[in-house]
Amino acid sequence: MSDDKNPFPGENNTGHVWDDNLRELLNDPPTWWRIGFHASWIFVLVYTLLYPSWPLINTHFKGIMGWTSLGEYKQDLKAIEEVRAPYETKLASMTAAEILADESLSSYVVRSAKVLFGDNCSACHGAGGQGNPSYPVLADDDWLYGGSVTDIQTTITMGRKGMMPAHKAMVSEAEADKLSASIVAGNVVTEPLYMEKGCVGCHGVDGKGMAPLGSANLTDGIYRFAAADQTYSVKHTIMHGVNDASDTNTRDAVMPAFGGTKLSETDIKKLAVYVHKLGGGQ
Amino acid sequence: MDKQTNQVQQDQVDELYAEAIHWHVNTGGETIHAKRVPGLFRRLKWFSMSIWLLYFIGPYLRWGDRQAVLLDIPNRKFHIFDITIMPQDVWLLAMVLLFFSILLAAITSLSGRVFCGYFCFQTVWTDIFTLIEEKLEGNPTQRRKLEKAPWDLHKLRIKAIKHTIWIGIGVFTGIGFISWFVDVYQLWIDIVNFDASMLVWITIITFTLGTYILAGFMREQTCFWLCPYARIQGVMYDTETILPTYDYHRGEPRGKLKKGQPIEGNGDCISCNQCLAVCPTGVDIRDGQQEGCITCGLCLDACDTVMDKIGRPRGLIRYASLDEMQGKPHVPFIRRPRVLIYFGIMILAISGLIYGLSNLGTFDLKVLHERQPLFVQLSSGAIQNKYQLKVLNKTDHDMHISIVAEGPKGLEIHGVREKMLLPAGHLSNFTVYIRVPKQNLGSDRTPVNFRIQSFEVFDDMTEYMSMFYGPRI
Repeated sequence: MSDDKNPFPGENNTGHVWDDNLRELLNDPPTWWRIGFHASWIFVLVYTLLYPSWPLINTHFKGIMGWTSLGEYKQDLKAIEEVRAPYETKLASMTAAEILADESLSSYVVRSAKVLFGDNCSACHGAGGQGNPSYPVLADDDWLYGGSVTDIQTTITMGRKGMMPAHKAMVSEAEADKLSASIVAGNVVTEPLYMEKGCVGCHGVDGKGMAPLGSANLTDGIYRFAAADQTYSVKHTIMHGVNDASDTNTRDAVMPAFGGTKLSETDIKKLAVYVHKLGGGQ
Repeated sequence: MDKQTNQVQQDQVDELYAEAIHWHVNTGGETIHAKRVPGLFRRLKWFSMSIWLLYFIGPYLRWGDRQAVLLDIPNRKFHIFDITIMPQDVWLLAMVLLFFSILLAAITSLSGRVFCGYFCFQTVWTDIFTLIEEKLEGNPTQRRKLEKAPWDLHKLRIKAIKHTIWIGIGVFTGIGFISWFVDVYQLWIDIVNFDASMLVWITIITFTLGTYILAGFMREQTCFWLCPYARIQGVMYDTETILPTYDYHRGEPRGKLKKGQPIEGNGDCISCNQCLAVCPTGVDIRDGQQEGCITCGLCLDACDTVMDKIGRPRGLIRYASLDEMQGKPHVPFIRRPRVLIYFGIMILAISGLIYGLSNLGTFDLKVLHERQPLFVQLSSGAIQNKYQLKVLNKTDHDMHISIVAEGPKGLEIHGVREKMLLPAGHLSNFTVYIRVPKQNLGSDRTPVNFRIQSFEVFDDMTEYMSMFYGPRI
């Protein structure tokens, strides 16, 4: 409107009138709104002064509190480590067997080693030590190299690589069928071929294996190379062996060593206790 | 349209305006200075208000070597005299809340906003604050005068004393609140030494400010615009509900006395406006029931005083139901289904509470079955399952327990000792292995019952039914 005459004088309007009576007033914004507005920019100012904020040419304004997210993380980590420190120093000076015998320490280990187990072991042995085909179950009481906590510690530190030669040259198909059927039936020691083919040398007179050699217990119905057709799987192991370099079809079964640079001795002790307590430690 | 019809319409509109001309929205533009009149309902109010003294005194009661009532949130234990309630039993709190919410509904249905008028902390604290105001600044007329008076030393002194006392009450209200949650004697030591935790300071400051602002300045505005509770109660009235009511049959037409005598034909209301003068929320009860009325009954006292003076019977304003005003017969509450249902729910809630309190038990047992692996086969041919037992000792003394499991034939329990320590008030974890010979398992899932037996308490045992998993058969 370019009309000079203001049809609504004295009511503090802008002089702009539409449709005869719609006009814009020059009232102040409400007090609560202005308080909110000023509080907001003051907050922003204070915040950007306290915390890292404004971008500069090569760097950024660091904030007068010197706060960084990494610093906060490290601080929190330090707080946690302070809580753990009394346990950790004790663990370092104790043997795995001593830790296992101490109720409060072993329950600390069960909780804190869960992460270690998840990071280092569960990829092959499963999150709860339930095992996978070719990777032994850690929650049962069937141990290739012994189930005492010291044995477990040695296994983790040094790693294990068992060896069973391939027998395809000295065992016929029919003989292998017989042997594997008797193993699955759990009565391999009564099978004449067991003695005849020299199985007894490593697996023992009772067929229960020998821990120093890492030979398997053939009588307990627990199979490291578990398969739907267990008889066929056992036969394959007899014919092609385990870790026999001369046979391309041989079973691959290597437990890597975690000692040295990979894990600290304390961590390995913790893991040994953890595995021992999964359900089958001896 | 001719001039005459225009005129008629204008009259009708004026009539509409006139109808509501006396009504205004109370938005706190003017402070309400209510007169204090002694009487029955004032005495009742003092009595109900005095219950709040428990709020301040309660925390100082001791029970043995601890506070009698201590809501220990950091340690997750509620101590109420001899009873200790742990989070596991917090459903009891639901029963308490249910009881009180229905009690509120029942009482509101019977006689209106009794809570608002006699017991609500907003009403009580405001009443105390205005009492202090009256003692320092005088009666309502003097207070209004002082408000308009210029700021001189006298006014400044009075106001300073008043606000200091108000803030002091606020501080004690805050300390009173936090005392229920921490040991009160230690709290005082901490406060005096400026050694209390941040939470304590924040609570005290919040309550101080809240009390000061709500009871000192907001007052009835809180009931009008802030409190959802006031509205909830307002819609729980029936026509049978008795409320402070102005008996318009007796009172109208109202008019002032002339030369000390009522005008012939007028009702009992002499337009003295005493009911207005004493109202803490500034409503006119003669307009009927309205949202601002907290049914405190103070106008009843005021009106009765006046009726006594002019030699008329009391009760021009009295507790009466809408039905009574309309000449309908009074319905006893025993014949009002709504009230009966309320009482039914209250009895249920109380029964639940009594049942809960008498069956708190000594232990709480939870059994978690290991999921990975669900089971393992052992070299003996047995199947092993792993369980985590979480056992809570709810008492305040150490106990010794044995864990027993019952299930399929040949079941063996491993990982537990004959007698195990259960520290007082502590949740203990036990890893338990159950072994069952494979041939004894009838299906891939068999129920296993865990039982906790105490060496100290013989008649109390706790059971938990879990599952034993095996290979698919």
